[in-house]
Amino acid sequence: MSRLLFRGARLLDPESGLDAPGDLLVEGDRIVAVGGNLAAGARDAETVDAEGLCLGPGLVDMRVQLREPGAEHMESIETGGHAAAAGGVTTMVALPNTDPPVDDVSVVEFLARRAREAKLAKIHTYAAATKGLRGRDLTEMGLLSANGALGFTDGVQAVADALVMQRVLAYARTFDLLVIQHPEEPSLARAGEVSEGEIATRLGLPAITPAAEVIMIERDLRLVEITGARYHAAHVSTAAGVEAIRRAKARGLPVTSDTAPPYFVLNETAIGDYRTFAKLSPPLRSEWDRRAVIEGLRDGTIDAIASDHAPWDQDSKRLPFSSAAYGIVGLETLLPLALELYHNRHLGLLQLIQRLTWNPARILRVPVARLAPGAPADLVLFDPDVSWRICTDDFRSKSKNAPFDGRPVQGRVRRTMVDGRTIFQREA
Amino acid sequence: MTNLLGLAGRPRSPYSPVLMQGAAPDVAYRHRHLLGIEGLSPEDIKYVLDLADGYVELNRQAEKKRSVLRGRTIINCFFENSTRTRTSFEVAGKRLGGDVINMSVAASSMHKGETLIDTAMTLNAMHPDVLIVRHPESGAVHLLAEKLDCAVINAGDGSHEHPTQALLDALTIRRRKGRLGGLTVAICGDVLHSRVARSNIALLNIMGARVRVVAPRTLLPAEIERLGVEVFHDMAEGLADVDIVMMLRLQSERMYGAFVPSTREYFHFFGLDYEKLRAAKPDALIMHPGPMNRGVEIGSEVADDIDRSLIRHQVEMGVAVRMACLEILTGDLGNGPPRFPPPRVGEG
Repeated sequence: MSRLLFRGARLLDPESGLDAPGDLLVEGDRIVAVGGNLAAGARDAETVDAEGLCLGPGLVDMRVQLREPGAEHMESIETGGHAAAAGGVTTMVALPNTDPPVDDVSVVEFLARRAREAKLAKIHTYAAATKGLRGRDLTEMGLLSANGALGFTDGVQAVADALVMQRVLAYARTFDLLVIQHPEEPSLARAGEVSEGEIATRLGLPAITPAAEVIMIERDLRLVEITGARYHAAHVSTAAGVEAIRRAKARGLPVTSDTAPPYFVLNETAIGDYRTFAKLSPPLRSEWDRRAVIEGLRDGTIDAIASDHAPWDQDSKRLPFSSAAYGIVGLETLLPLALELYHNRHLGLLQLIQRLTWNPARILRVPVARLAPGAPADLVLFDPDVSWRICTDDFRSKSKNAPFDGRPVQGRVRRTMVDGRTIFQREA
Repeated sequence: MTNLLGLAGRPRSPYSPVLMQGAAPDVAYRHRHLLGIEGLSPEDIKYVLDLADGYVELNRQAEKKRSVLRGRTIINCFFENSTRTRTSFEVAGKRLGGDVINMSVAASSMHKGETLIDTAMTLNAMHPDVLIVRHPESGAVHLLAEKLDCAVINAGDGSHEHPTQALLDALTIRRRKGRLGGLTVAICGDVLHSRVARSNIALLNIMGARVRVVAPRTLLPAEIERLGVEVFHDMAEGLADVDIVMMLRLQSERMYGAFVPSTREYFHFFGLDYEKLRAAKPDALIMHPGPMNRGVEIGSEVADDIDRSLIRHQVEMGVAVRMACLEILTGDLGNGPPRFPPPRVGEG
């Protein structure tokens, strides 16, 4: 069986709290030893000199869109898998907003087969909470879950009807399933494309009140209180939203949340002169909201960082602002953008890695993101400090829509490993 | 001794051998109507069941006609479609020699704008002795009963009560298991919309059985445990060591999508088949109030298992129980029926 020894890395294991230099030995698809100096017991192993680099569990990205089936010209399991590999992501969960949507067991099985064939990052999927993502009828959550769906969500739209949401949560609770909400009150979101405020006013763009987020979160929290279901608020972006979740957690509700890099590295000024690459859903917020999101990440109110990878082709983005599609690609910039929190001293490196690996894995209940003997060898080796500039043309993703082209960042993936297989490698 | 209703302690029927045993024979059914199980005493229920037991034997004879209800007028007044229950009451009334009139409300005055109370007053003027009412709205039968001089039997009101169903279920169980007290009964499925479930939960609790409900959370009303049940969301857990499995009909025509995603998923997790039944006691029996959705809440092989399925027996017991109820409510009341319901046991 092939053996691979990482020598002298800074080992980061959020589960055990380990943050120390050491060695890690991989045998076959598993980690077999983690320790100070393993060279003596691994003379036959291939050695990777990891001096000056960090070795942690591969990133667990709990929110991506892979566009397959239905829009393979924008992204596919294959290209998305390569983008993930380059980004250090070893496990990712796709949203069900494909065509056809993931509301049937057969689509879950199709995705699992495609992921096995691609043999890149581990790909899981959420299933739709309602049939056809139409917000009316429950999907076969029990069977979908038994076939591998990790959670239930209507993807990039909220379950609008409160009674439907109550039933989604109650039904999910029956089987102890996770429900993920795009927390934005749709009737308010219909009003525009950007967040209400001075920028929107100056640009003359129709705007959404930032309260659209907290209104939906607060409604859902009431329903969570009634049903007891596990609820996850995706890409939280406002101060009020963070505060609502903070209070809910203090009350002991089974609530978790994530955010995405644009919401802590950008604010609404990134829209500039109508840059559609900065058009997101939820929209970029005020500087005050951005700081509140960082504070939420710091104090644990926001559990996880997800890329919210949303590939779009040129035709979908090279349009007048109001006509352009929402979202940006994020798999390949997830780690360097998240590392800004570390370099700006908002989070320690181990804390940051926890929010990128162990926390989402725990929410999703997938047995990954551990540096421990017996755990799957899903690893990311990265240089935390190296400076470089993001170049969207270099993305492995089939789509290049990101507002970060030319942005100087620090920290880069050197090697990504899934089940002991190296799926990405970059020389220094 | 004569009680408030004038139902003296004599056996009401020569077919009630059980009545002579057990509780004191002067304990009778003390109510003017049968609107629900809630509020009945164990003695009330036992009295009905004992009487019905005798009628089971009568119904199996070639000559079934009795004249207990001779000269009495019974109106079957169904505001909601029903074949089984209406026919059962009609058979019961006719076997006892009463004049049974079926009023098809779908084709009558309700659709010409008459209010429920107007209908009640109209019927009242015809001097019926018993009015048997089914209505799609919970509480409607009680409203009618307040306005009528005759006895009223609730044949199902909305999602509230269906007392004769619970009584026939109790008779079915008692005849097979010899008792009700101490048994564990799992009621499975659409408890939210079920009047059968509510009546059965009440009756089984009154008679000292342990009651469980097993359903997805979307099919359970809030705080159902306050009605005296243990709540389960998993069939294997809910059926563990039960004596009786009572399946409820999934009202599929209005429920797919809203409360459960599909027939396939519902049957997979909550439909009764031998696999799930394995958790129950080896001699556990299966019941269903009908009509069944085969392959939705119950598999055919289980429903048709002559050793374990009591579904046909339930229908047979239904006629006997309804005969008993009709006899009791039209019984010799001495001074005529009191205008107001008498106090319940324990209240005076």
